[in-house]
Amino acid sequence: MIDFSVFQNSLPALQVVVPLLLAPVAVLVTIPFLSWLIALFGSIFCLYSSVSLFLLVSEFGKINYYMGGWLPPYGIEYIIDDASAFMIVLISLMGVFATVYAYQSFKSEINKKSQSKVYGMWLLALGGLLGLVTTGDAFNLFVFLEISSLSSVTLVALGSKNDKRALTAAFNYLLIGAVGATFYVIGVGLLYSITGTLNIADLTLKLSELTDNNSMKAGISFIIIGLMVKAAIFPLHIWLPSAYTFAPSAVAVLLTATATKAALYVLARILFTLLFNADEFTIIILQWVLLPASIVAIFFGTIRAVFEKNIRKLLAFSSLSQIGYITIGLTLGTASGVMASFIHIANHSMMKAALFMGVGAISIQLKKNIEVIDLQGLSRQMPITSSCITVVILSLLGIPLTIGFISKIYLLKAVFSHGNWPILFIIVLTSFLALGYAWKMIENIWMKEPVTTTINLKDDPKIYIPLIFLSIFNILFGIYAYPIVNAAFSASSAIFWKAV
Amino acid sequence: MLDSMNLITLALTPPLIAPFFIYLFRNNENLRDAVGVIGAFISFYATINITSGILNGTEYNLILLNIFNDLSLSFRVTPLGAVFGLLCSGLWILAAIYSIGYMRGNNEKKQTRFYVFYSLSIFGALCVAWSSNLLVLFIFYEFLTFATYPLVAHKETDESIKASRLYLGILVGSSLMLFLPAIIWVWYSVGTLNFTDGGILQNNFNPNHASVLLFLFVFGIGKAALMPLHWWLPAAMVAPTPVSALLHAVAVVKAGVFSILMIICYIFGTEFINSSGSGIFLIWASTITLFLSSIIAIRQDNLKARLAYSTVSQLSYIILGGAIATNYSVIASVSNIMMHGVGKITLFFCAGAIYVSAKITKISDLNGIGYKMPLTFIAFSFGALSIIGIPPFGGSWSKFYLLLGAAQLELTIIILILAISTLLNTYYLLDPVFRAFFMERSNDIKISHHPLTVMPAVCSALLVILLFFCVEPLLNLIYLIVGKI
Amino acid sequence: MIHGILGIWNYWIVIILMMTGLFIVISRHNLVKKMVGLTIFQTSVFLFYISLGKVQGGTAPILTGYKNTLYSNPLPHVLILTAIVVGVATTALGLALILRIKNEYGTIEENEIASFNTEENSK
Repeated sequence: MIDFSVFQNSLPALQVVVPLLLAPVAVLVTIPFLSWLIALFGSIFCLYSSVSLFLLVSEFGKINYYMGGWLPPYGIEYIIDDASAFMIVLISLMGVFATVYAYQSFKSEINKKSQSKVYGMWLLALGGLLGLVTTGDAFNLFVFLEISSLSSVTLVALGSKNDKRALTAAFNYLLIGAVGATFYVIGVGLLYSITGTLNIADLTLKLSELTDNNSMKAGISFIIIGLMVKAAIFPLHIWLPSAYTFAPSAVAVLLTATATKAALYVLARILFTLLFNADEFTIIILQWVLLPASIVAIFFGTIRAVFEKNIRKLLAFSSLSQIGYITIGLTLGTASGVMASFIHIANHSMMKAALFMGVGAISIQLKKNIEVIDLQGLSRQMPITSSCITVVILSLLGIPLTIGFISKIYLLKAVFSHGNWPILFIIVLTSFLALGYAWKMIENIWMKEPVTTTINLKDDPKIYIPLIFLSIFNILFGIYAYPIVNAAFSASSAIFWKAV
Repeated sequence: MLDSMNLITLALTPPLIAPFFIYLFRNNENLRDAVGVIGAFISFYATINITSGILNGTEYNLILLNIFNDLSLSFRVTPLGAVFGLLCSGLWILAAIYSIGYMRGNNEKKQTRFYVFYSLSIFGALCVAWSSNLLVLFIFYEFLTFATYPLVAHKETDESIKASRLYLGILVGSSLMLFLPAIIWVWYSVGTLNFTDGGILQNNFNPNHASVLLFLFVFGIGKAALMPLHWWLPAAMVAPTPVSALLHAVAVVKAGVFSILMIICYIFGTEFINSSGSGIFLIWASTITLFLSSIIAIRQDNLKARLAYSTVSQLSYIILGGAIATNYSVIASVSNIMMHGVGKITLFFCAGAIYVSAKITKISDLNGIGYKMPLTFIAFSFGALSIIGIPPFGGSWSKFYLLLGAAQLELTIIILILAISTLLNTYYLLDPVFRAFFMERSNDIKISHHPLTVMPAVCSALLVILLFFCVEPLLNLIYLIVGKI
Repeated sequence: MIHGILGIWNYWIVIILMMTGLFIVISRHNLVKKMVGLTIFQTSVFLFYISLGKVQGGTAPILTGYKNTLYSNPLPHVLILTAIVVGVATTALGLALILRIKNEYGTIEENEIASFNTEENSK
């Protein structure tokens, strides 16, 4: 007889531990379908636990869970507050969609002998990301950072069945990711050397007593650079385009929807929770590092995407620019800016995941990396997939009645209340330029006749079901925006201590 | 009798759900085409009821849901919106009938898609007409842009794809880069975006910045085709003629000038425009546009392109009226939305009928054709005379009030330019009629008549005359905006 | 001055190792050498942590039974144990990838692989 309340109380740990424990099981099962079921169970469990944690948090406030009963600052603490609850719901929701989608994708896109092992990696990546956003311990954060990136590197490398460039993409990802993570560790070490603690809350307190300490500045800088690598913020994004392009479709979905978003969240946490007392230094980081980086990222990503022929790469560059929008929200350094970033984190996950799914549906059938011309006449062959892709592209453009519009409105409003006109102009200009790459796809889908390569494409229910759900979300939350906006509001006030 | 909420629903539902039925009946041509016409009649019935209700002082509201804390996705019929709504749903009937004739007469492909988006465009235009705040207006303004895109690109040739790219680029670009920031500026400064009688900016907005804000609005609304944002209109002429009719006379361009008038009347307020002096640049911008586009129109040999530039010019008449912002000029603008809509759709119906029957697109090719299709050309001349502003055709009212408005502010130069422009209008609009009836044709031409294309043209031509004699209800409606004069 | 510099000699070693490692990662074309560089880079961080834990005059943190014994700080050592495991995993994964790359491309020189890839791109 299991005591349900014990189970309920250990949810913060279970939502990380269960996928990690299921990972070896999925590998050992060796029957791909069973492994997939295990992965699906794992992701659904995560969704269940994160949703119940979200509800608990929004009702009773922050939950502190002490691993093994050891009290902080010595033990490892898991913190579920409004912000991390927001993130775990997002990650596990996208995890479920991606897992549903993954079966078909892996079946055709990776080698037979890796078919069940891949789900082990899949669960590790998921568990690692969930741990990343919930842990309250700086070093534990590093471990999860590595768990998630090592497993994602493996997942990316599995794309080598269709295209061997996946291997070099994965290797670069590994190398850059490892350097980034090591930077993070150096930063944590420096902070530890002056405070003697690794618990983030304790660190915050101790750091607030220090003023103008060079070790602290160096440490924070290292940490931020390390996280910028993981979050693919320009110019540390170079691993991203090829990793997204050559990974199996499902992996691209998972990475775009969760991995970079989790890193962005941690970055926001560091910037606004850890640094809440170091005003001047924070402003230097925001105004002189992140702001120029995000502006360049937006332009660079958009323009590269306009001229890109390979669709997955196009989407990757578009992600780069969208990440720029998210970081612009952070650089404002206001609660409304952080809120806009959170809204866009959630919305961009939903858009890009759906787009990678839709594009993947084609490349799964063609068994190659598809280009824009492969979309020709798609509306005839795959009407459902085409409609979904179209909806999501409109959302990406920020057209009213989609979630993209909600993001844009809040971001513009945040920029406006900050009074920063040039940024406002840059945002509206680039969101217009985005029409250049987005419309290329729509024209090819709807306004062209099918060519010989695309004549045999068909809609596949197993693939388009998660896609339809995500497309509906794209419209639903674009009209009824309250759930996301409210959650983002509480998340931003949880992160942004100054606002309270 | 239906109550206010249900009437709005009744008017908005047909164009929204017609696409489903059109798609459902895609294999049965007659049934499919009938859906549009039936929907148009239902919608028109509801709109007529709403308009008469407005005249009797009834309020019409429909709140769907809250988008943000202080903004709701809701509709409210203003008198101005009633005029535009009446125009949209009324002309939809004629356009629906006409497009059946045109599409079948021309054997166009992908007709189902065409009807689906045609109907959605009308939905977008009606929602723009009855939007209760700027955000809803913006939402459906964009909706309209995207709903008309497949119509403009309908032929799927390289030329039409390029033109539709320009169409989308200018309209979306201007609205994203100027219109949206302007809306957020108002939202941020005033805290509300609701259309309110007399405007919301007075006392809430720095008058020195009003010109900049108005600039963002009028150039952000690319649909109003104020130079230099007018390029998309002639380019969009590659679309089938029913679409051009829809774009030019009913939905798209009128949505543009309508939005500007809404912003002038219900966001700025005419008083604020005058007291802050923000209208002055707009007076000149629109005057220059109306003059230049008249000159360009003369040089066009393609009939539809000439009509397009005539539209650019007429739209600027409407904007000019708003910019002058006196009672008379606002009357002129609002009535011109109606008058020009009916007049221009007549011209386009005729242009399409000429194309379907004789495959002629050039004006120089029209010589002597008038006796072969007399009804079409008589209808054309009625439409042209109305747009020029000659009694007894509807358009004369709006020209008359515009001159009154300009005279009230003693804008002598403007009056002079208006006079010259009218002369130019007379020349380039009556030139085709003159050629058709009074010039000899060198070669013989075979005409195949399509009654469904001629009939709507004749109907709208009669409507033009009717509007001259029965202008009373329209004026009463406009008095609700500016106050009884 | 010199005393100040030499007094923190452990940091100098860390920095020299760190820069050496990073330089190898960036400058070498051979993928295995890149991995070597990465390992050196990570090792420098391990050293950094371990030297942080040293307390002047402190003994190994094993309970001696005496009061007032000065212990070194054991926590960084424990942390670095974890980090070493992570580093080993990274190296293993990297080497496995290099094996696969060797099989597919027939080379582990980055510039040669890059020229393969550009050919592939232009196809």
